[in-house]
Amino acid sequence: MKRFLIVATSLLLLSAAASDSKLSDRQRALHALNRLGFGARPGDVDRVLKTGVDTWIDQQLHPEVIPDRAVEARLQSLPTLQMSDADIMQKYYRPIAEARKENKQARNDGELDVKGKGEMRMLQKNAQQIVGDLVSQRIIRAAESDRQLNEVMVDFWFNHFNVFVGKGIDRFMLTSYERDVIRPHIWGRFEDLLLATAKSPAMLFYLDNARSVADPANRPQMAQRFMMRRNPQQANRGGLNENYAREIMELHTLGVDGGYTQKDVTELARVLTGWTIAQPQQGGGFVFRRALHDTGSKTVLGVRFPAGGGMEEGEKMIHILAHSPATAHHIAYKLAQRLVADDPPSSLVDRVAKRFLESDGDLRQTVKAVIDSPEFWDAKYYQAKVKSPFEYAISAVRAIDGQVTDARPIARELQKIGEPLYGAQPPTGYSDKADVWVNTGALLNRLNFALALAANKMPGVRSDVVALIPADSAADPHKSVDALAQALTGGDLSEATRTTIRDRLVERKAPDMDPWDNTQIPMIAGLILGSPEFQKQ
Amino acid sequence: MINRRIFLKHSGLALVAGGLIPSVFVRMAQAGTTKGKKVLVAIFQRGAVDGLNVVVPYGESDYYSARPTIAVPRPGSGDQAALDLDGFFGLHPAMVSLLPYFKDHSAAFVHAVGSPDTTRSHFDAQDFMESGTPGVKSTEDGFLARAVSARKETNASPLRAVALSPAMPRILSGNAGAVAMTNIGQFGIRAGAESGQIQSSFESMYAEAVSGALGGTAKESFEAAKILKNADPVKLQPENGATYPNGALANSLKQIAQLIKSDVGLEVAFADVGGWDTHAGEGGAQGQLANNLRNFADAIAAFTKDLGSRMGDVVLVTMSEFGRTVRENGNRGTDHGHANFMFAIGGGVKGGKVHGKWPGLSSQQLYENRDLAVTTDFRDVFGELVTKQLGVASLKQVFPGYDANPSKWRGVLA
Repeated sequence: MKRFLIVATSLLLLSAAASDSKLSDRQRALHALNRLGFGARPGDVDRVLKTGVDTWIDQQLHPEVIPDRAVEARLQSLPTLQMSDADIMQKYYRPIAEARKENKQARNDGELDVKGKGEMRMLQKNAQQIVGDLVSQRIIRAAESDRQLNEVMVDFWFNHFNVFVGKGIDRFMLTSYERDVIRPHIWGRFEDLLLATAKSPAMLFYLDNARSVADPANRPQMAQRFMMRRNPQQANRGGLNENYAREIMELHTLGVDGGYTQKDVTELARVLTGWTIAQPQQGGGFVFRRALHDTGSKTVLGVRFPAGGGMEEGEKMIHILAHSPATAHHIAYKLAQRLVADDPPSSLVDRVAKRFLESDGDLRQTVKAVIDSPEFWDAKYYQAKVKSPFEYAISAVRAIDGQVTDARPIARELQKIGEPLYGAQPPTGYSDKADVWVNTGALLNRLNFALALAANKMPGVRSDVVALIPADSAADPHKSVDALAQALTGGDLSEATRTTIRDRLVERKAPDMDPWDNTQIPMIAGLILGSPEFQKQ
Repeated sequence: MINRRIFLKHSGLALVAGGLIPSVFVRMAQAGTTKGKKVLVAIFQRGAVDGLNVVVPYGESDYYSARPTIAVPRPGSGDQAALDLDGFFGLHPAMVSLLPYFKDHSAAFVHAVGSPDTTRSHFDAQDFMESGTPGVKSTEDGFLARAVSARKETNASPLRAVALSPAMPRILSGNAGAVAMTNIGQFGIRAGAESGQIQSSFESMYAEAVSGALGGTAKESFEAAKILKNADPVKLQPENGATYPNGALANSLKQIAQLIKSDVGLEVAFADVGGWDTHAGEGGAQGQLANNLRNFADAIAAFTKDLGSRMGDVVLVTMSEFGRTVRENGNRGTDHGHANFMFAIGGGVKGGKVHGKWPGLSSQQLYENRDLAVTTDFRDVFGELVTKQLGVASLKQVFPGYDANPSKWRGVLA
């Protein structure tokens, strides 16, 4: 018993010592680059130190002050990025829809398809341009933009308000969803972001609110009478769809334990009837259709709406949801989980939630509250979070100073490692808890990615890892490896990793070889990028 | 062993009698020699499949009044009709490929099964079903992982539990040493001639340096990769004339069959398939759900045919997080509901029967006046399966805090 106590006490002392120990300046810079960005490019740590870590963070929190012209110029070559929903629909969806219609008509007339399979495939292939451009801009920006925190937050908020690329015509709507709904709002107020998603065609379609309409008995009487005269069959159709009403509370705001009931879900669905898309197949925007709105009285979360209301009911509920303490806690928890630790300490979450409420949901201040916290800089969280597949792949590209000439092959690799961009089917998006990414198949795919990338065999990425080794180290194998490790990881390699790499060098060295065989360098770089240390941030 | 013979005998006789299944399957069944381990294959239909349109209660008039545009017609009412199962329930016509197995008593359904937790959140309901602890969010591992680790095996294969999935699903997370993969033929380091040495370099890096999840994952990965490399299961072509349809589930099941046939020590396999969240435009006998169900049924039928007599050692079971509303919604779809169905096929399954207790569909019989009520806890189905198929001795560890009493089992397995 006594011995146990001694052991326990010394363990306590040890862990206290670990969490008391301060990060060095270099570690602080690397930590910031990892958690607030997609890892360091060679020389980044020195650059951040020169600017000052705090100043660098301040700039990252105001991305508009960071020049980004080179990246913007590159994105000019992706033609669909600036297109409106209407133009995208017109150019890419209409031909498909019309071809289908022609074929259907022909079949009804007992004739052969007008458009053959090959032609249909061509049309579908043309349409792949849209998603191809979209994944490309995300990868290029994450890998090359100096607005690193901005890209981290785009990833975070898109995922929070996830829309799945594979649902119906959503693939034609994601371009404007990310560009006009997510990106412009991530440094503003949460309510504005929430409202923008609520009115976005992509979300209205994804979570079916566009199709949720009042029961005929609860519609405005004039409108119903008018519709009955025009088309009685259609006028009698319709009813609630609860999908969005549930997810806006469970996932976007209050959280699953946020204190709402099934009755609240149904009532909120009634409140949100009439929130729909003007003409989805022509890329129309948001419209409130009074004729489809439930005009009966409703009560959501204790808030009573008398009969006869309209769109203001939904706006009021969105305001209430955005300002709820449950929402503040939910958002704070998710941000802390993403930026600090899989199981964030409640002291941190509470403090961030408080800042969220006090600042009227100011997202810049809320994120700043996470970064300014002692927990963010606590040594026990340094290099302690496993990277998500996206973080891993991009940080590897950055580490070897890779130039992305075509981002689509990287997008395909992300699929193999388990995180296809825009490919999360459920509204929950991908997990911010990094542990879920650590599994057998994905790990091997990460290692294979690392080896291919470092060997310059990854299509679409150009790199030269040998060039990362300074001239004064290049002649000596061990100095070369050390310099390479320094360039790729900031030098934080474990003894086991070092030993393994040293052993590989010995194995490969031919006795009569002088100077040494530096064709091994890409393989060594692959081992470093695949190492356990590089899996973490 | 007896169970398996029963399965095989039934398969042979009934099939010949019914003339429903190609004779090659019968020959395989009559040969009756298998040497494999007992295997449990679990399929998760993520997104909440509409069980009332899968195992259709055509004997209930309330079913038809609740679903004016998406109901599946009664058997005998044309080629779009439900396929009669037992005079009360009918099978969705798109699933016709599974009907022969039901008729020959090697496949069964359980209806009105589900979780006692009332959540209608996909995420929570899947989480609860996979953790096996409805209502308890703090459970860290999955119940199938606990079932596997409850069976102490010296020399357990690194491939005893496999998820055909890019990430480890909740249900197999934990101490079972499960591996997740999407392509069994590409599971390993691929770096040309030096692959072997590079793999051992990674192995020693991870072995010495890492504790925790990453280290464990790495060890399991490398061991599994070595076994797969030697066994080379992907060379095995589908047998008995089985043709897998396109799609992710069929691809998973094909690979599970290859693992089973190559005797690499598989005990539990898991795969999932999405696309069931039919809030709008669900369709009835035809349409969105029908297309998904056809693919689903054809994949399972191909798997069964492919395995032939080996199916005597295998039980495949399906689940989904909850059912859908009894009444169709305003978009000719259905919203999140409560109870659902499960399907089981394989050796020892007491087939030809829709098990469970049917709660009825009249308003006062519905759960919260909208959903099919749960009359069988999903843990009682899985409790029976892991006990009889995997030989788990005690369910205390598999379903902590649950009174897993065999008296509540539905008799799905002999």
